[in-house]
Amino acid sequence: MKSKADYVIIGGGISGCSIAYNLAMQGAKNIVVIDKSYMTSGATGRCGAGVRQQWGTKMNCLLAKKSVEFFENAKEILQYEGDIEFKQEGYLIIASNENEAEQFKKNVALQNDLGIPSKVLTKEEALEIVPHLNPEQVHSATFCHTDGHLNPFTMTDAYYHAAKRLGVEFNFYTEVLDIETKAGKITAVSTDKGKIKTNVVVNAAGGWSKEIGALAGVELPVYSRNHEILVTEPVEKMQGPMVISFSHNIYCQQTPHGAFIMGRGDKDEPKSHTMRSTWQFLDKMSSTVCKLLPKIGELRVIRQWGGLYNMSPDHQPIIGGTKDLEGFYMACGFSGHGFMLAPMTGLLLSELILGKTPSMPMENLSLERFEGQDLDEIETSVV
Amino acid sequence: MDPKNVIICRCSDVTLEDLLELFKEGYSTFEELKRIKRVGMGPCQANTCGKMVQWEIAKYFNKPLEEVPFHNMRPFTMGVKLKSIKEQADEE
Ligand SMILES: Cc1cc2nc3c(=O)[nH]c(=O)nc-3n(C[C@H](O)[C@H](O)[C@H](O)COP(=O)(O)OP(=O)(O)OC[C@H]3O[C@@H](n4cnc5c(N)ncnc54)[C@H](O)[C@@H]3O)c2cc1C
Repeated sequence: MKSKADYVIIGGGISGCSIAYNLAMQGAKNIVVIDKSYMTSGATGRCGAGVRQQWGTKMNCLLAKKSVEFFENAKEILQYEGDIEFKQEGYLIIASNENEAEQFKKNVALQNDLGIPSKVLTKEEALEIVPHLNPEQVHSATFCHTDGHLNPFTMTDAYYHAAKRLGVEFNFYTEVLDIETKAGKITAVSTDKGKIKTNVVVNAAGGWSKEIGALAGVELPVYSRNHEILVTEPVEKMQGPMVISFSHNIYCQQTPHGAFIMGRGDKDEPKSHTMRSTWQFLDKMSSTVCKLLPKIGELRVIRQWGGLYNMSPDHQPIIGGTKDLEGFYMACGFSGHGFMLAPMTGLLLSELILGKTPSMPMENLSLERFEGQDLDEIETSVV
Repeated sequence: MDPKNVIICRCSDVTLEDLLELFKEGYSTFEELKRIKRVGMGPCQANTCGKMVQWEIAKYFNKPLEEVPFHNMRPFTMGVKLKSIKEQADEE
């Protein structure tokens, strides 16, 4: 491990790897990434890796749209030999009632204004795209054919290899224990494998970002909580798009490999760092999928697990620096959708760190937006 | 025997040659191998290949077997139909 670095990135998930790659791409040198476990051991390797542009706030729409443009060409841009398994067959968002349908119409209008090709579908049109939907549970739907999902391991691996080729040093199984500061500036990061002198630290520690902030004396308004998910045995292709419903509380996709992956949220889940699997989740998940997509009930579950959502007050990420500590940057609070935003997370934060004009205005991503006044926009389209 | 012809993981169709390539690239733990190649992630949940993967890691990296961590085991041990789980839940 280097004893001196220009940039130390804490976290080897999709955010940390994307930030490292983007910094190196723009010519930055002496970049070190540190992770306490293996690559993708955090939320990244536990997530559904769905990518959708059908959001309810302008910021999330724009971040997701630009990220999709990157994913479409990621294999070539990152010169990755493996398969990132980007299946771009859309997200079908089910409206269960008139109220939801009204809100979705507004969302689609916003999305279309921003150049996202989503549209409102009738129940019949939705059933044409996913014939095994239970018609009784569908009022109408919205669909965007350029949404989709990826393989979270190989997508992160692609960033990792590209960053490594550009000279980034990765240290896995290395835990950050402290961040040293002097007169409002960062001086070093200490780990269980030694100390690295540096003036710039990027907090990309996902579910542990609040704790990393605390090491530097920066208070972050985020918290973590468990979110559960399961996978079935692989079967022949039977579903193109990701099917998602906020009122049923489910998202369900079939990976190119054939397995179905599905998850749901639990609003009563307490704040914590436990990543566990429960039978309660399994019961509710099974009932929900049998109700909305009865045919999938015939498939066998082979594995279930949990991971951390890192929640911010407005369900939009915090990407930026802080006036309280020079050289301290963060990308956290992704609130369950940080995988799909990673290309933009890396691009915007690296531009900011290198003193360039960011490709998109970043005020609404700043830590400062939470000071005092009411929040402009809160994202409600979350599972 | 040619490593190409030695099948390690039957569920995900991973050969010894695949593992050796990943070792060469620097992936050295079961957790990493699982995620890059799906080895041990199929319906048998590594009940068939788990020991072999552990053994191959030990051999390649020249470590005693007991120092190579086994993969993190998660529920289930056997596949169960979603419908059966739902029916069981309804009864309770
Ligand atoms: C079940 C589930 C489903 C999801 N589905 C989706 C989805 O469909 N689409 C989507 O876009 N997003 C989804 N998400 C959210 C997504 O997974 C996250 O927003 C994203 O992966 C965050 O990536 P990250 O790199 O910021 O954090 P992480 O992947 O959590 O990485 C943080 C890393 O920091 C390391 N770390 C922490 N503390 C320390 C320390 N002290 N020293 C060294 N290293 C440290 C950890 O080991 C970890 O590897 C889902 C999340 C979950 C849990």
